[in-house]
Amino acid sequence: MDKQFQAIVQMLEKDFGAEVSEFCGEVQAVLPAENLVAASQKLRDKFEFALLSTITATDYGLEESPRFHVVYIFNSLSKNLQLMVRVPVDGENSTIPTLTVVYKNANWRERELWDMFGITAEGHPDLRRILMPDDWDGYPLRKDYPLGYEEPQFTFNFEEIDLSKPKGEF
Amino acid sequence: MSTPYALPEVTLDEIKHLVSQRALDGETVLLNMGPQHPSTHGVLRLLLELDGETVVTCVPDIGFLHTGIEKNMEAKTYLKAEVMTDRLDYLNTVGNNLAYCLAVEKMIEVEIPPRAQAIRVILAELQRLASHLVWLGTSALDVAAMSVFLYAFREREIILDVLELVSGQRMMTTFIRPGGIWRDVPVEFDDAVRNILNTFPKRIDEYEDLLTKNPLFLDRTLGIGKMSLEEALSYGVTGSTLRGSGSDWDLRKKRPYSGYEQYDFEVPVATEGDVYARYLVRIREMRESLKIIEQALDKLPLGPVNSNDHKFVPPPRSELGTSMEALIHHFKLWTEGFDVPKGSVYAAVESPRGELGVFLESDGGPKPYRVHWRTPSFNNLEVLPLMAEGLLVADLVAIIGSVDIVLGDVDR
Repeated sequence: MDKQFQAIVQMLEKDFGAEVSEFCGEVQAVLPAENLVAASQKLRDKFEFALLSTITATDYGLEESPRFHVVYIFNSLSKNLQLMVRVPVDGENSTIPTLTVVYKNANWRERELWDMFGITAEGHPDLRRILMPDDWDGYPLRKDYPLGYEEPQFTFNFEEIDLSKPKGEF
Repeated sequence: MSTPYALPEVTLDEIKHLVSQRALDGETVLLNMGPQHPSTHGVLRLLLELDGETVVTCVPDIGFLHTGIEKNMEAKTYLKAEVMTDRLDYLNTVGNNLAYCLAVEKMIEVEIPPRAQAIRVILAELQRLASHLVWLGTSALDVAAMSVFLYAFREREIILDVLELVSGQRMMTTFIRPGGIWRDVPVEFDDAVRNILNTFPKRIDEYEDLLTKNPLFLDRTLGIGKMSLEEALSYGVTGSTLRGSGSDWDLRKKRPYSGYEQYDFEVPVATEGDVYARYLVRIREMRESLKIIEQALDKLPLGPVNSNDHKFVPPPRSELGTSMEALIHHFKLWTEGFDVPKGSVYAAVESPRGELGVFLESDGGPKPYRVHWRTPSFNNLEVLPLMAEGLLVADLVAIIGSVDIVLGDVDR
């Protein structure tokens, strides 16, 4: 771990109850959702993490608790550091506090998060779908959302599939 | 299909806040620009609120090119999923492959031979040149400089010929693979790249003759689309768009990958933060790319181009007939794929547009559990309203050109 990380790790562990680990040379901190805004505020102002690279999530499946991990990648340009923050979120009532108050680009990324995972960013100024159509049903990147496909037509199910095909008037 | 989720309903009241009260009173005009519009560089839709010809609000609407690549990659093995990465940012296919391979290699910890590293750098820089040529041609076309477009696309074809020479494909190369590259470059590669190195400096001079001091071009770009460094950073802007605002953040320099630390090059920076500054940065970047390619080609090491670890890299075709072990490895790799240790990494490269990052999570199996693409165009587009509001529609077109977005990169 980089020496510059020591103070950051200490701050995250002591003040915000984070669990910090290292994987493949990357520092990852698991942070409770209620401390996210305060921690990122401090990361930006005190430790110069000026750039929030991305926000995304991983779905561990319906049965798991917590079901989601929301992942934040922070970058410090002046110190040349990268920090991954993971926030566990429950499957039921999945909400995170919005980061738009700290980083402006959290706006679109949190919209994407809601669009793809159905995780609500509380306090977000404009939470609409961003990539999928506005009236889309479901959250595509959840693990219980099937990867869509067209069923191939064979002899045994020929008529069944033929019925559902659109019939044009010629 | 029925799902347990409630169908979301969007009412007019929910989207009223996007425009000002004056639009609701009918004082200003709402204009739909795109998604089929030549100046939006793809299928970008902008909802514009216009007061005369002045942009009052600009609301980007994206997602027209959403292909679900992140979801699709979860259903494929690591080797097969790579083919999809080309389709994200179709002007920077080599860079996409590189970012993905770096993320995978970070987890499986294979060693990349120096020859493969150098070839990766050469191809990535050639791709950067090609991408910048598309940007130069189209953004000049947006401000009505027609001839630059024709010249830039002529030169781009020379670069795509080199990509075709090494991989058989002009654009969707999938040439860089986890553990190395697909195969060694043919003998003609050296001459073909030297040809580019000899002709390009003069060609870039020609583009500059046409634009850099052209009063019409200056009128359309100087002081247009201003963005300060603080604004750029708070919106997560990276790449040449950020460097046009005064930061020298370049991942090739700050966090070198694939051996970029061996090459001597500069990171062009401009401080004005307008369309012209971003133009200057990209033009200079093209010259720096040529410098990197020349150095990499001059000391291109000999040796293998793939890791020897056949748990991850397919064995050469010649071994399959004689070695049982090679045959087993080949069969396992192309049916089941290789397992990647459990965990998650984030690997980023400097694409022509900015920080292209891959968040890769593995559950220990042969398929990626979750792949997320931190695409630079997505963040660079978000800042568009900030730059465009208060300016003319014609300036908006110049600004879209100057942030260099690729909609395949925005929508994924």
